[in-house]
Amino acid sequence: MRILKKGAEASIILGDWFGEDAIFKVRELKSYRQSNIDTKIRVFRTLHEASFLTEAKKIGVITPLVYFVDRQKAEIVMQFVNGLRLKDIVNASDTSISKWFEEVGRYVARLHEANIIHGDITTSNFLISEDKLSMIDFGLSFYSNKIEDKAVDIHLLRTVLQSANTDLSSKLMDHVFRGYFELSNRNKVNDFLKRLKIVERRGRYKFNE
Amino acid sequence: MSKLLEISIEKKEDSETRLVCLGIESTAHTFGVSIVESKGRTFNILSDAKEIYRPEEGKGIHPREASKHHAQKASSIILRVLNESGLSLVDVDAIAFSQGPGLGPCLRIGAVVARTLSAYYQKPLIPVNHAVAHIELAKILTGAIDPLVLLVSGGHTVIVALSFGRWRILGETLDITIGQLIDQFGREAGYSSPFGREFEQISCKSTNYIDLPYTVKGNDVSFSGLLTAAKKLLKEGIAIEDICFSLQETSFAMLVESVERALSFTEKKELLLAGGVAANKTLQNMLKSMCQIHDSGFLSIQREYSGDCGAQIALNGLQLFKGGMNIDISNSSVRQSWRLDEVDVIW
Repeated sequence: MRILKKGAEASIILGDWFGEDAIFKVRELKSYRQSNIDTKIRVFRTLHEASFLTEAKKIGVITPLVYFVDRQKAEIVMQFVNGLRLKDIVNASDTSISKWFEEVGRYVARLHEANIIHGDITTSNFLISEDKLSMIDFGLSFYSNKIEDKAVDIHLLRTVLQSANTDLSSKLMDHVFRGYFELSNRNKVNDFLKRLKIVERRGRYKFNE
Repeated sequence: MSKLLEISIEKKEDSETRLVCLGIESTAHTFGVSIVESKGRTFNILSDAKEIYRPEEGKGIHPREASKHHAQKASSIILRVLNESGLSLVDVDAIAFSQGPGLGPCLRIGAVVARTLSAYYQKPLIPVNHAVAHIELAKILTGAIDPLVLLVSGGHTVIVALSFGRWRILGETLDITIGQLIDQFGREAGYSSPFGREFEQISCKSTNYIDLPYTVKGNDVSFSGLLTAAKKLLKEGIAIEDICFSLQETSFAMLVESVERALSFTEKKELLLAGGVAANKTLQNMLKSMCQIHDSGFLSIQREYSGDCGAQIALNGLQLFKGGMNIDISNSSVRQSWRLDEVDVIW
């Protein structure tokens, strides 16, 4: 057993599952918050994540295969995807970066068409392995058919890109949109863009007042 | 970023001479004035005074009434800081004011006072972003080096870090701020605003947690649903201690979780807590305990300077002045919705 990452929410541990490499994602107890809140969050997100990993796979979004879910320990055992995070190659000035960000757009579009909101679309939550993109961390995912929730989903990605990859962010978002609109319902595009503007404007203190 | 840092350090070392700035804060309920001096890279707050407008119980800030208050108090507070520092306006090198964000009528009082002093005494006029000023004051006073910052107050709920020459927003509230959540709930329960200190005291009297909606979206939080649910409990006749306790635990857990995500994403080794709500001990302890898990240091601005004050404006004003900022009166209109990530960090 080796800890790969001590994330904000959970620890990602590489271990053995019946002779295969596997990821053990454990949501550890957080002593800083009320135990009622803590248990609610950890168990709820673990069960949800496991089911969304499976749901996403059904609609053509590559995700790790779920082997086992332990409700008591708030733990998911899943397939180990051995690859780089999208975050790690963004600044590597790789020419294939546009391809991967378009694929990000397509993945999100597929989820949104199925009314799945990922809830935490960041460049840390995409892995590239064997020339394929995998999407991970569905801990904040939920079902919604609201255009509002879909716009917020995309808005979060833009915020992350703006803060971490400031100089590239608008170009990267163009690629995301290209992939996203390629697969989403055409007559919804304008509504979506309109809503995205509203979401942006609602944030406190805006650009170009 | 490192390049920018080098430039600013050079600038500071160039000016070993003593510089003095008078700063005027008037974004919301506080009219504050302060005189800050700098020698090289050290800053000293020579004097800091303020008067706070208090709305009637159960009411929020009335912008017109608050601006009237500020106009009435302005000259006496300026005289007070001049007396305390033993300086006269002739000795001051620059006049800084909070240009935004904030309530228009309140901002305009500070701006008018600053323009007048600047024009009459022929001093450079420095426009300061109130939120950036909160952060910079906290950073200097705590000695933080490269922190992730949680700024929490009545006007702000943001998680920021310095990157590419600006304070970048990593997470923020999608609707109301933590201060608004606390104050608006307080007003519903008949308490006057700001309710922060009483809210903390009342919360401490209970350990009975009532389930409330918990909304974190990525690194962002949303408090409006929580406010509605808390108000509903009040109508149902649930004890105020229990509601305050549950409201505090839920909203702070949301904040700490968002900060934790940002800390993990940015891999910063320091967390700095700033803004009026930084005075809350429960929030400090929760953040401290979270930072320990991630081997990050935790710093919090002292209570005295956590709320709105002139010192933040004077200090950031000085930094801007050293960076070459100086505006003409014709460009000094107030900016009510001025985002902190629009400000270039030129110091």
